[in-house]
Order: sequence, then C-alpha cells, then structure tokens
Amino acid sequence: MNNFWIILWHTYSTKLKTKSFIVTTIITSLLIITLANMSNIINYFSSSDEKEKIAVINQAESSIPIVDHMLAVNESIVLEDYDGSVNEAELAVIEGEYEGLLILSLNNEDLPVGEYKSRSVADTSKSLELQNALQQIKTEMAASKINLTSEQLSELYAPVEFNTVALEENAKTEEELSQARGLVYVLLFLIYFAVITYANMIAMEVATEKSSRVMEILISSVPPIKQMFAKILGVGLLSLTQMVVIGLVGYFSLQKNLSSMEGGFFEAFGFSDLSISTIVYAGVFFLLGYFLYATLAAFLGSLVSRIEDVQQMIMPMTMVIIAGFLIAMFGLSQPDSTFVTITSYIPFFTPMLMFLRVGMLSLPIWEPILGIAILVGTTVILAIFGSRVYKGGVLMYGKSSSYKDVKKALQLTKKEDSAD
Amino acid sequence: MTLQIDHITKRFGEFTAVDDLSLTIPEKEMFGFLGANGAGKTTTFRMTLGLIDPTKGSITWDGKPIDYSTSSIIGYLPEERGLYPKLKVKDQLVYLARLRGMEKQDALKELDYWLSLFKVPEYRDKKVEELSKGNQQKIQFISAVIHKPKLLILDEPFSGLDPVNVELLKDAVVDLKNNGTTIVFSSHRMEHVEELCEHLCIMQKGKPIVHGELRAIKRSFGRKKLIVHGDFNMEFFKSHPLVTKARITAEGANLQIENEQAAEEILKGIVGMGLIRKFVIEEPSLNDIFIEKAGAAYE
Repeated sequence: MNNFWIILWHTYSTKLKTKSFIVTTIITSLLIITLANMSNIINYFSSSDEKEKIAVINQAESSIPIVDHMLAVNESIVLEDYDGSVNEAELAVIEGEYEGLLILSLNNEDLPVGEYKSRSVADTSKSLELQNALQQIKTEMAASKINLTSEQLSELYAPVEFNTVALEENAKTEEELSQARGLVYVLLFLIYFAVITYANMIAMEVATEKSSRVMEILISSVPPIKQMFAKILGVGLLSLTQMVVIGLVGYFSLQKNLSSMEGGFFEAFGFSDLSISTIVYAGVFFLLGYFLYATLAAFLGSLVSRIEDVQQMIMPMTMVIIAGFLIAMFGLSQPDSTFVTITSYIPFFTPMLMFLRVGMLSLPIWEPILGIAILVGTTVILAIFGSRVYKGGVLMYGKSSSYKDVKKALQLTKKEDSAD
Repeated sequence: MTLQIDHITKRFGEFTAVDDLSLTIPEKEMFGFLGANGAGKTTTFRMTLGLIDPTKGSITWDGKPIDYSTSSIIGYLPEERGLYPKLKVKDQLVYLARLRGMEKQDALKELDYWLSLFKVPEYRDKKVEELSKGNQQKIQFISAVIHKPKLLILDEPFSGLDPVNVELLKDAVVDLKNNGTTIVFSSHRMEHVEELCEHLCIMQKGKPIVHGELRAIKRSFGRKKLIVHGDFNMEFFKSHPLVTKARITAEGANLQIENEQAAEEILKGIVGMGLIRKFVIEEPSLNDIFIEKAGAAYE
C-alpha cells in the first residue's frame, strides 16, 4: 500500500477509536434525538400538568362573558368564578389554590376593566392571554353599544392585504426566503462547528507528533507534503463519518416524528421542504472550507513545540472563523447587502458567506463558481506555502512559538543560501 | 555501496552548522561520529536523511542521491526519542515499518523477533507511555531496524540505558554490522566508539577536526599518557621539560608525554625520590584525544 494511504488510514482509524470521538458522536446524536422528539417531550410534561386555575371576581353588575370565552380559545387556562371577598381570593392565590386572580369591573362608559393579580408577574403569557380575551370582549361590547353589526365589525378588523413581490427572475418569494433562512441557519452552524472542531484536531495531531518527536521518523520516511495531506484527508474522512452518523440519526428520528412535526418549529426551519441544491452547496462549501482551514491549521500546528501552545497559535484562525460566522448571522436578515456580497469573495469567509447568499438569494451561477474558484486557488497556494513551512517547522524546536517562526521554518527548507 | 558525503555545508542564516564536511563511509562498516554538543552531528544526520537540504555539496548512497525513494533501506534512530505515547508498541512499530515499505505480516514477524531478543515480549500490547525510559529506547531502536535497513543511522543510541541494556543493544548493533548493515552512529561516550568503530570522525563547530581509522588516529596523535603513583611530591612535574601536561591526583600524577623515550628519561629522574608504586605508559584513549582536540577550540 502506498504511504499516503497508510498514513490516511492510520490517522483515520486511530482517531476513530479515541474515546473523545466516540463520546462526542454519541452526545451529539442524543442531542439530535432529543431535539427531534422535543414536541413529544413538551407534550408529555404539559399533559401531565394540572390545568391552571384562575379565580375570577366580577364586581360589575352585569355579567362579563370571559369565562365562556376563555374556555373556547384556550383549554389550558381555566377560569373559575370565585364566591368571596377579594381578600379571601388573594389569600387563596398566595396559598397556591389558584394561579392568579382576575378582578373585573366596568368603567364609566360601561366597558370592562380587568386587574390580574398573581404571586409574581414573571409569567407574562397568562396575563397577556387574559388581556387579549378581555380586549375581544370589550370590542364586542363597544361595537354593540354603537350598534355595529358583526359583519361591520369583521370588516373593520379584517387585516389589510399586503404582498411583497420580487421582480427579479427566479427570485425567492418572502415565504421561500424565510424557509431558506432556517435551513441555511442550521447548515451554517454545522459548517462553523465542523470547521472549528476538525481544524483544531489537525493542529493538535501535528503538534502531538512534533512534541513526541515521532515526526522526525515520519518525515524521514514520507515527504512532508504527502504526510500533511494524508492527515488532512484522514481527519476529513473522520469528520464525514461523524456527519454521516449524526445525519442518519437525525434523518431517522425526524422520520419517526414526522406526524408531530407539521407546522411550528420544524416548518419554520424549512425542514418540511428540503431544498436539494442548498444541501449540495452546503456539502461543497463544507468540504472546501474544511480543506482551507485544515491546511492552515496543519502548518500552524507544525510551528509549535509544545501542545500547550497550539491554542494560542491557532487563535487568530479561530477568530477569523468566528468573524465569518458572525457576519453570516447578520447576513441572514440582509443577505443582499453590499457588505455581505463583498466579504463573500474573501476566501476565508467564502465557505459561510457565499453559501449564505447561494442559499437565500437567486444568484447567477458565476457568482458561487467565482467564489469557489478563489477559495480553491487560495487553498492550493496555502497548501504549497504551508507544506514548505511544515517541512521546516516540524524540525524546529524552541521556546518561542510565534509567527516569526514561519520565516525560520522557510529558511530551514531553503536549498541555496542567498549569501552565496 | 558506500555513503559518500561530499563537501557539504549547511548554513542557517548567519550561522554555519556544518562547514565543508567530506566523508566516505564504506559498506558494512561501523562509523563513529563524535563531537561536543552543537558540533553539527545531528544536522549532518538530518541532511543525510534528506530531512533538510545542504546549502552546498551532496550526499549519495551507492552513487545515487538519498531521497524518499531510498527511505526503505535507511533506518534512523533520532537523538530525541520519538514515539506515539498513546499507541500500543505493536501498532506503532507496524505503522512505522509499513511507512518504510514493509508488509504488515513481515513487520509482525520481525517485531516478535526483536521483542524477544530484547527480552521484552510482554510489551507488545502496552502503550509506549507506560514503559520506562530505557524500555522506550529499546522500542525506538526496534523502530529503526525493523525494516532491515542497509544504512542505519543511530544518533546517541545508548543514552539513558543501564549497563545491562547497553550490552544488549551493543550486541545487536554488532550483529547488524556483521550481517552487512552500514552503521553510522554518534555518541558522547568515547568508550562505545572506541569499542565498536574502525573509523571515526570528530566534529568541532561544523568542521571535522579528526577523521580516519581509529588506530591510525591514536598513533598519529603522537602523545602518550604516563601514570605515575608514588610516595613523593610530584609538583615538580608541572615544570618538567619532557612533560607537556601534568595533572596531580591524590595518588600521584597523570602526565602527557611526547614518546616512550621521554618516559625512560622521566623514570631515570625519579628513581631514588621515593617508592614508585605505579609507572605505566598508556595509549591515549579516544576520550583524551577528544578532549584535547575538541577542548582546544573552547579555550
């Protein structure tokens, strides 16, 4: 077997067997299963909950039909007429018999006025619902006072019709855009997470080999550039393995819970209507982003002598990735802003930002292709430069681990001294 | 099949690590490489292995340049021990052997042979970090020889070993040499070089200051060592015209003289001064030559 494949396989299989890899894969899978079953879990807890009772004291002479109204719109809140004084009711709330106390009265214009008392006002959702219910009752009462028919009323309150239309061809509709946003958000996060994790892993791997000095033997057997790429591919394969495992777990747990998924959370994230091209672009940009940052990480890792220094060395790289992610988060709401357009051509940001634009806008095909070309070009240049630094760097042992060492590392590999 | 080092120079910026070094190391020869710390030994080895390119000059094996196509016939034991701490002995030796072009099955067979030769077969499935330093050194040695190299480069092979294990490793090295392996090794321990090598080279600040066959070097060194123990004051040796260097010890004096005639003259001179317990002329040890030659540059 060729040395390249031996190193690739060695990197892959030893990493695959490490505890940390197995543990993170299992934890992530569990997290995904939990997320997919979130609605079941919420239902489970809320169904076992007792319905919340709220005492109602009506101080008006006429009846205000809030109890029946509430019963119709929300089942989880039960209103109960309370026979007794306000003080007694307040005591009952404090003792926990009731969740809250609603005191109703009529004002001078014979319109309902409400006051809600509970132990704390932290839970605003209940008071809001009560307020809404009362608002509707008030509207109806006010309407009947000025003799509006219910038709007139609904005409008055009918929402205005307002459509946004994109004139550009193939442009995404508002609805499509918000769906794409969810999917792009999730995939962006995946790219960000994977690039940071695996670039880190590469840098650690190189630094470990260097600090344990096994590098000297390796590098006398196999050319450094071959080693570097075998390692990058090995870890890349590892990342794909993890992605596939997580992806399969995600797919099957979504399949199982498909029925509970109509509407709400999942639809908002665009999962009900997966766009194939977005997924393909995500794959492409994930791989290219990985290669760019892995190459960078490999040669940065080759510059440190001790494992403790790795984090410090790759900190600027991590910062760049985080910056790209933050710009992407901003770009989610304004994917067509000039700032996002320009930064999407900067190779270190391209994986996330060009993907964002491709996923959310209808770009002419040359734009992502140009972005990919710049990205690939940069990766190739970085690989050539990086492998030279790598070759020198792995033989360099010193206290300092800084970017000045890049120059020293290059000098080590120089054939002819300029002084000659 | 000789290792030919031809006028190599290596500069790191302003610093010259190796300066115009030429060596010829014949096949099936054990060649000793000596030098103080920082003399350029490791740099020379690294250039020989192709890890770094010389600034000038060339290194060839059997007339061909050494590069990655020849890595399967070269074995290397680096000065700093380098193994994967978390990997099992078996896994990493097989991995390193396969990188040097060996088949997995052959590597496993060789591995068992070497482990039993070094009397440590029980370490096969242990992680390297669990082994003592001396035992790690044995594993490191196996990693250098497992693929049966024709040219073996050993950078300080015996450091960190107890005397029993030094003997074990020395025997293995001699066996390899007798089986036709060309061996280059460096050491600070002169007695090892003296015992094992026919040819040697002493490096000083990147330059070879002594180079050639061991016996010829000793002969041409010219000076002899004279040890005198006796019951009289020997301070006068310090100003004795026939003594080039004198060191007074508790029991007597260690002297350096030009030749055997000088010893005779000295003996005549000290007869009657007191009881002479010991009067010995010794060949200079490599240690003496090294200190004399390498030390001179420090002064």
